[in-house]
Amino acid sequence: MKLRIKFAKSGCMKFIGHLDIMRYFQKAIRRAGIDIAYSEGFSPHQIMSFAAPLGVGLESEGEYLDIQVHSASSSRQMAKALNQAMTEGMKVRSVRRLPEDGKNAMSIVAAADYFVRFYGDCSQEFDAFMARKEISVVKKTKKNEVMLDIRPLIYDFRREESGIFLKLATGSVNNLKPELVMETFFSWIGKEWDPFCCQVCRLDLYAWADGRKPEEDAVSEESGAVLADCFISLEELGEVIGGVE
Amino acid sequence: MRKLALSDRILMSVDKPARYIGNEWNSVMKEKADVKIRFALCFPDVYEIGMSHPGIQILYNMYNQRPDIWCERVYSPWTDLDQVMRERHIPLFAVESQDPVKEFDFLGITIQYEMCYTNILQILDLSQIPLQACDRTEEDPIVIGGGPCVYNPEPLADFFDLFYIGEGEVANLALMDLYLECKEQRTGRQEFLRRAAKLPGIYVPSLYQVSYNEDGTIGSFTPLCAETPEKVRKVIETELDDVYYPDAPVVPFIKVTQDRLVLEIQRGCIRGCRFCQAGMVYRPVRERSLSWLEEKASKMLKSTGHEEISLSSLSSSDYSQLEELIRFLIEEIGERKINISLPSLRIDAFSLDVMRRVQDVKKSSLTFAPEAGTQRLRDVINKGLTQEDILTGAAAAFEGGWNKVKLYFMLGLPSETEEDMEGIAVLSNEVARTYYDTVPREKRNGRVQVTASSSFFIPKPFTPFQWASMLEAEEYLDRARIVNHAMKEQLNRKSLNYQWHSPETTIIEGVLARGDRRVGAVIEAAYRNGCIYDAWTESFHYDKWMEAFEAVGIDYHFYTSRTRSPEEIFPWDFIDTGVTKEFLKREWKQAQEGKITPNCRVNCSGCGAKTFGGGVCYEAEN
Repeated sequence: MKLRIKFAKSGCMKFIGHLDIMRYFQKAIRRAGIDIAYSEGFSPHQIMSFAAPLGVGLESEGEYLDIQVHSASSSRQMAKALNQAMTEGMKVRSVRRLPEDGKNAMSIVAAADYFVRFYGDCSQEFDAFMARKEISVVKKTKKNEVMLDIRPLIYDFRREESGIFLKLATGSVNNLKPELVMETFFSWIGKEWDPFCCQVCRLDLYAWADGRKPEEDAVSEESGAVLADCFISLEELGEVIGGVE
Repeated sequence: MRKLALSDRILMSVDKPARYIGNEWNSVMKEKADVKIRFALCFPDVYEIGMSHPGIQILYNMYNQRPDIWCERVYSPWTDLDQVMRERHIPLFAVESQDPVKEFDFLGITIQYEMCYTNILQILDLSQIPLQACDRTEEDPIVIGGGPCVYNPEPLADFFDLFYIGEGEVANLALMDLYLECKEQRTGRQEFLRRAAKLPGIYVPSLYQVSYNEDGTIGSFTPLCAETPEKVRKVIETELDDVYYPDAPVVPFIKVTQDRLVLEIQRGCIRGCRFCQAGMVYRPVRERSLSWLEEKASKMLKSTGHEEISLSSLSSSDYSQLEELIRFLIEEIGERKINISLPSLRIDAFSLDVMRRVQDVKKSSLTFAPEAGTQRLRDVINKGLTQEDILTGAAAAFEGGWNKVKLYFMLGLPSETEEDMEGIAVLSNEVARTYYDTVPREKRNGRVQVTASSSFFIPKPFTPFQWASMLEAEEYLDRARIVNHAMKEQLNRKSLNYQWHSPETTIIEGVLARGDRRVGAVIEAAYRNGCIYDAWTESFHYDKWMEAFEAVGIDYHFYTSRTRSPEEIFPWDFIDTGVTKEFLKREWKQAQEGKITPNCRVNCSGCGAKTFGGGVCYEAEN
């Protein structure tokens, strides 16, 4: 049976990198007594995969890992057991069962919501920055530098009083980090980007609701549909075990 | 939400910020207002090393059992953060509360190896506590030292208010009670120290006076007042099952050096190798019972979620119920997919069978520690391992599928000749030859790999070799070259690999190991010259140490290559480890005659440890 665990990571836990979070969950799952399945072979490891690594320094309200188990109690009980094995700053939000043919979060993640909370002034000029047809950045590869337009990878945005909401392409096909958006924005308004003038928080992770990206004409201005509405959160792909969460 | 001592900006600019944030699973948080004593427990090296030390976990949890004490942990900031903290005058903090160490009642530092001495000064300095104990006021924490190096605390005497000599579980809580009593009576720091000096195992260096002879050796070592004892006897537990051991050790977020649960199965060693300080000062051997170990292993695995457990002792094969213990663990492993690591096992049919079951034969290597290249020299050091033992063990291992062997040696042992040096290469070749003799060509998995490595022997206090002389750095290198040359002459040279340690580190470690109070000034000068993390090759600066000796006006040869007479008063002679100086002298003489001494279970050699009233000394009587 496959389970999807959604968790939040905040406070000092933002300094724990992705690999250490994996190790952390391996131990927490043992402590919680979850009946996890192990791989075969000489050094068996827990069957576990994470949706998308979160950069060090970022907080999150919606991280995901999928695990394989032999047996499961209710969603509520498992979340409770896991939360009793969590350190401060880590919180399990839900444990849900995936359908038998459910795909790994890692393979289907397509977008992520972020909130960039500014400690000081949040620039008024962000709307103008986003109004441009094309936002070019220089991307360094091993061999050379290429120009990349990141505008199509920003699926949605909203300027709020305390910061900026962003919906960004995430995953193995297209991946845009909020830091790159902010850095590009600051350079456009002629200011030096200081990563410590804000706190970035990932809000949730999504897959394409139809399993793949809609065709371009399906979300054109004429159709009235917007790309931002074509997602489903990874949590919703699983179902609650035992009625209530 | 947790407050942190360092800003995001600093934490994101240094390597592995997780070293400094605390919050680990099983770490203990308390309310400052609810406790009477705040204890900062320090391992003066980087977090990954310090977190691997089981002794800290024992003391940490033991103190925290007491509702009126909050014990927190402190580690050396790595060199990157060290620099930032100096520039910005950020005081060193404990990882739990993130409060400055200088606000604590105690700073307890475990002193595990000599090459961390400059890190101790780094800890004091960054904590903004005066380096010299005599400069401290009522506002400063009481600085305590413990651990194996306090069996000669003299080079550090100036920097510590008191030393705790022996096993931490015995008298630390009594010391805390004395502190509370003195606090209530408002006696002040000095009176507390005077009273503490009367407790068993406590040494307050400022209450003792040393005079020196014209030749630089110690003339007398005497207490300053009548009530202070002349000798300090180490304190130990006799019944380990009754001693506090934590159920829930702290689980680090980042991968640490010993990233596993540690189960201490016994203390001490019956073997009596003449170079080994641990084997002498931790006498007598005391075992934990099988039922106790089984219960602890289960509890700790559950409370930590660790996926690996390691047995800890000086010589696991000598634990009397090892087979039963391992059988139990293997059953547990099957249930929970736990890895098990078994260091310090003698290689024989039993251990090979166990290892085959718990590790991947193809990936793992077997380790032997013959320590010396010839049987003559192995007899001198009383290492009861023969060439036959090694080759029989190796043959069995090769038949079992292993093809990597590590051999550990020491160079510069007393009475060592060129034949002994070349013997290292000869023995390594014999091991390789055994592989080709044992494993038929079609079954070979490539070439056998024999890795021999040698460290240079450093005489340690309270060992029969405490009278031995050391060599010059160049002589050490010459000896390593002789071995290296001999390796190249062996028939199976292509299967052999030889590595040796830095002779310069050896010289400094030798000075610190057998130094007296005057060496303290050298340590401070070296620290002022910029020395920290001397145990790390990349940050060890021999030239800065040499400058320090020169600045202080001390010739280091006095501590290394000088010949010591049997009558000399050593800086550490005021400590009573139970093992008598007469026994050590007897062993030194036996060594010079190349005679071996049987282990404690075969025959009692009357070392003196029986006076503690427990352990292996009384096994036959039960």
